[in-house]
Amino acid sequence: MSHPNVLLQPLSELETLDFGGFAQRLEDHFARGQRLLSLFGSPSADPADSTPELHAVFVDREQGLIHFRGRRQGTQHYLSLTSEFPSLHCFEREIHEQYGLAMPGHPWLKPIRFEGTNLKRMNDYPFYKLKGKEVHEVGVGPIHAGVIEPGHFRFMCYGETVHHLEIHLGYQHRGAEALLRQASPRKIPPLIESIAGDTAVGYTLGFCRAWEALCGLTVRLEVEAIRSLGLELERVAMHLVGLSGLATDVAFLPGSSTYGRLRTSVINLSMRLCGSRFGRSWFRPGELRFPFNQSHKDDVRKTVQQVQTDIAIINNLFQKSKTVQHRLCTTGTVPTPLAQEIGLVGMAGRASGLSCDLRNELRGGAYAQHPIPLVVESTGDCWARGLIRIHEIDTSLNWIMQLLDTLPEVEAEPPPKAEPRPNCIVVSCEEGWRGEVMHCIQTDADGKVAHYKVQDPSLRNWFGLAQAVKNNAIYDFPICNKSFDLSYCGNDL
Amino acid sequence: MNLLDALKVRDSQGKQFVPDVRAANPVGFRGLPVITDTPCQQGCTECSDCCPTTAIQLQKFSLDLGRCVWCDECVRVCPKDKIAFTAGYRTASRTRDGLLVHEGRGLGPVEASEAIRKIFGRSLKLRSVSAGGCNGCELEINAMANVNFDCGRYGIDIVASPRHADGLILSGPISANMAEALELCYEGMPDPKVVIAVGACAISGGIFEPSPALDRSFLGRFAPDLYVAGCPPHPLSIVNGILDLMGHTDGRW
Repeated sequence: MSHPNVLLQPLSELETLDFGGFAQRLEDHFARGQRLLSLFGSPSADPADSTPELHAVFVDREQGLIHFRGRRQGTQHYLSLTSEFPSLHCFEREIHEQYGLAMPGHPWLKPIRFEGTNLKRMNDYPFYKLKGKEVHEVGVGPIHAGVIEPGHFRFMCYGETVHHLEIHLGYQHRGAEALLRQASPRKIPPLIESIAGDTAVGYTLGFCRAWEALCGLTVRLEVEAIRSLGLELERVAMHLVGLSGLATDVAFLPGSSTYGRLRTSVINLSMRLCGSRFGRSWFRPGELRFPFNQSHKDDVRKTVQQVQTDIAIINNLFQKSKTVQHRLCTTGTVPTPLAQEIGLVGMAGRASGLSCDLRNELRGGAYAQHPIPLVVESTGDCWARGLIRIHEIDTSLNWIMQLLDTLPEVEAEPPPKAEPRPNCIVVSCEEGWRGEVMHCIQTDADGKVAHYKVQDPSLRNWFGLAQAVKNNAIYDFPICNKSFDLSYCGNDL
Repeated sequence: MNLLDALKVRDSQGKQFVPDVRAANPVGFRGLPVITDTPCQQGCTECSDCCPTTAIQLQKFSLDLGRCVWCDECVRVCPKDKIAFTAGYRTASRTRDGLLVHEGRGLGPVEASEAIRKIFGRSLKLRSVSAGGCNGCELEINAMANVNFDCGRYGIDIVASPRHADGLILSGPISANMAEALELCYEGMPDPKVVIAVGACAISGGIFEPSPALDRSFLGRFAPDLYVAGCPPHPLSIVNGILDLMGHTDGRW
């Protein structure tokens, strides 16, 4: 049985349209209410043609993944669709930056990450400016006060009120995609795990599925179950980091220390299962490296139960505390229509009332047998992004306990010997703790990786943060930023 | 009502700190590798072939912890069980060469720096800079200061401003786009100052080493005073490395 989170096609069978038809198809899918997963470029099959091919991937609850591509016909131009569908802005900007494709009609072609010919030109960029006698500008970063990745934030303020925030990223650009395209298959997994090290499992699972599809491998359901266990432990751990950080930022110290030490319990559990607190090297295509026996099962059960008991006590205090409510409620709001329009995804999208969760939409692997309830909040403020973490932690922990009830001991699975099929293209996606991580791998006539595209949910959600802080006081920015908890390196690649 | 709830949290919290970071036991951690003196199978190059960061040298067999990403591949392919990872977390060194693990010989102890002990005493304030770090090392640097590892009790603190810092704690392979900001931050710290490189990326470029989007010239000009190997290193590795450097002889605070 094929996995619904993966779509493999021979390149010859991939639906291909000209740029006009491609744009029309995008509009049709949006009109049908289907959700865009990604829009990205790949080099033209003709090395003399610098115009890239464009790929669109949609998610549909019934049909699963839908993938088609656009190709230039003759002297045709691609016309930007961002004005019509604002959620496309980041994709079109990325394609423009990576391939130099003209985007007539795009309102804001700012480089996403200052890569390639834009490298080291971050200081030359002219920021958007508001003019007025009492308007002032505040620049923050790339280096911030805490232990955090670098990024620059440029605020235009009137008094303490933020009227505009421009987010300036690219400081973390390491050329990850280029390295993935050159890497030997054995080198790909450690690279994948380092694209956003806080989502090592989320990234690796997507890669495993894509690679397995390319190689014609399937894994046992029990192996899928262990993978999802790893994914949910990562989600719980990172949501605990988020809650601890939110508590720190509103000076609510019991939350800061308790959520923090609960995270330690969870990542130490991962370490006892696979040797790494971040689940690194836990999962590889077609393989299960670490067996899961009764003592592991008892360990998971005991740890999860302890976390469930203790988190209920701190959640109660956190949610009741006036100081927390006062700082988080109505701060940094992204209302549902705006979230929909700009295409928020993942946890932040669900906090704004969108029911985007691939575990629920596609129900792949262990989620087919054990469906996981969808958690949605409606208010879209920092409070909602706090609550969604609290509820998702509960949901994931309950789900793990249910899983354990039916999970037998699972023996290690040795690495399979298999080569990727030639001339194929595969798309895979996984709901990491932040949101959906996408991989797209294309193979050449020899079965070698010809193109590798990877997408972090942060690419789309950074713009949500910029919208959230509008008309808020500038001192609330750290809370807003923490509530989204986006990846800098995931965006910058 | 709230007071009672707060007391319940305090009660559930109990004591969370690791009593002695010098003698902790991180169960299950894939840490310091050991290389046995079992001879390799004739002509076998499996481990060095599969190493994603070319950390293994077969001539005078060695494993460079400054490059290792602890992916466990070498252990899995070796027909002779020559390499094994232990839960050891002392993975720091004062010198780059000191990160080489040889047959039957682990890392040497980190020598205390007399100069650092004299100048900074039992207090070291560090400014963290992530320059292309994947948030793995950053999370572990943060964890070093949390209620479990609590490095503050030893006088080690992460500070917000370079002006308050006695040194730089660097993570990430140094992306070209961060090179200038990193240097400005370093220049902003008052002299004398230390540099601590944390993680395979900072030490050698790690898995990103071949990328043209890096600019590692900073490290050519300002060599680290301490290297902490790992991908990412355990908070215990970082704390112990710094304590050694500062000349702490025991785990008391």
